[in-house]
Amino acid sequence: MDVRKVAKLAHLEITDAEVAMFEPQMASIVAYVEQLNELDTSNVEPMLGGLTAEGEKTETARVDVPHESLGQKSALKEAPSAVGGHFQVPKVL
Amino acid sequence: MKEGWEVIIGMEIHAQLATETKIFCACATSFGDEPNENVCPVCLGLPGALPVLNEKVIEFGAKAALALGLNINETSVFSRKNYFYPDLPKGYQISQYDKPFSSDGTLTIMTAERDESGRAKEWKPMTIRIERMHLEEDAGKNVHEGLPETDKYSYVDLNRAGTPLGEIVTAPDFRSSWQAYDYVNHVRRVLQWVGASDADMEKGNLRCEANVSVRKIGQENFNNKVELKNLNSVRFMQKAIEFEIERQIAAHEAGEIVSQETRLWDEKNNQTRVMRSKEDAHDYRYFPEPDLQPLKITQEFIERAKSEMPELPDAMRDRFMSEYELSFNDASQIVLDKSLAEFYETTAKNSGNPRTSANFILSELTRELNNANKSASDSPVSAENLAELIKTLDAGKINNNQAKEVIVEMFASGKDAATVISEKGFEQISDTSAIEKIVDEIIKNNENQVNAYRGGNEKLFGFFVGQTMKASQGKANPKIVNEILKDKL
Repeated sequence: MDVRKVAKLAHLEITDAEVAMFEPQMASIVAYVEQLNELDTSNVEPMLGGLTAEGEKTETARVDVPHESLGQKSALKEAPSAVGGHFQVPKVL
Repeated sequence: MKEGWEVIIGMEIHAQLATETKIFCACATSFGDEPNENVCPVCLGLPGALPVLNEKVIEFGAKAALALGLNINETSVFSRKNYFYPDLPKGYQISQYDKPFSSDGTLTIMTAERDESGRAKEWKPMTIRIERMHLEEDAGKNVHEGLPETDKYSYVDLNRAGTPLGEIVTAPDFRSSWQAYDYVNHVRRVLQWVGASDADMEKGNLRCEANVSVRKIGQENFNNKVELKNLNSVRFMQKAIEFEIERQIAAHEAGEIVSQETRLWDEKNNQTRVMRSKEDAHDYRYFPEPDLQPLKITQEFIERAKSEMPELPDAMRDRFMSEYELSFNDASQIVLDKSLAEFYETTAKNSGNPRTSANFILSELTRELNNANKSASDSPVSAENLAELIKTLDAGKINNNQAKEVIVEMFASGKDAATVISEKGFEQISDTSAIEKIVDEIIKNNENQVNAYRGGNEKLFGFFVGQTMKASQGKANPKIVNEILKDKL
């Protein structure tokens, strides 16, 4: 288990001490879940998003009619930093 | 391209589907609004907000898939593509991965290499494999200029976040930049044709990327490929591919390694430059989107979508060539635009003269439309009126030059053909006795020429025709003038 890689993908900064602590913990979690591999699931379809037996049906589309949006003012209200109607973020690119 | 080398190109096109609202929420997809106006908890990625699929995405997706020769899959699955970027508020993009909306297509396009002046050499059909078109949401827009302290900050506008896209991926089947160019134009046109997308590159609702690698002819394996982005027009794309071909061949020949990377087209300097190398290639950790059901499409829906497909431009072009005996070039020009093609067909049918209809539409009408920046669907000259004009011409009541003048006036005034013809006094004289009178007069006044003609100088016939036309102010029907002159001389 490459804890550093997982941390990087999750945008987390971790110390060497934390790596030493998390490594065995995560290994044991994965080992626990791996018990599922003991079951033969070759004839079982994966369940995707189906929360109920009726989940097979997909009558969950909506009509293409615009609703009112939040608008700029509300959208930016909780932003840590907003300038000129935009979210301001550290430089990317 | 340098002899002994070949290029291998695969294309990815993102086409915005022509919906009113976003793919998973009811925010408007309108273009050019104030930043961050059209946003809501779903497309801002606020906690607890849940996506609901827009039904028009299914419809436009189906139209696009069928227009590109793809098979629509009965079950497709939305997946999360995980990465961090400021324009992606949720930290993942809802896309499709192992079970796309449509797959395994073949598409036949017309393509031609171009000479130095950019003129097509020889148009040939080419069949390419389209691997898939999947459905996904667009990201927002990062802004890097025009706002304060852009050396330290970037800015984010999320109006575009959640706009529905179809991502169309081809197999690496292209062997020249012009093939890729003709392919993108083909896709753009059919998507507009079936109404699935506005496919306007300027507005960014059609974006393309090219994966380019070169290898020695005869070599089996592929070399590293480079992904080209920021191709804001089809022409830039073609130039970027050409640049890349030369760059990669030169590198290989110098024994350098062409690294697998993403490069941008820099239109100021006419070259590609590195955007990011694939060394820190993303690990997207796709997994099925738990907030959305698998998308099930019934056979019935697919059949109905097929039956509702309009005749596609290439089929229409071939039909115009066989049914109306148009040349490949003329028919191709006419089907460049759906409203023009419909205009043409109505004119051809009503006038009974498909050839002249094509001539007038491709020269005079197209010129007037371009000058007025209008499409055929809002032409002030209707197809029916143009057909009337052609019938008047064919009946010999006006001549070709007059007809051209009439079209210009019809376009400017919106009046019908008959009105313009009578206002201009163009009605030809086909009345035999009136023309006979003029001819008699001319014979009387040009004794020398008459004698010379009768003495064997047949070239003088043209002189008499000219005199008669002049005397009639150009209104005499030339055919009748010829007959009468032959008779009287």
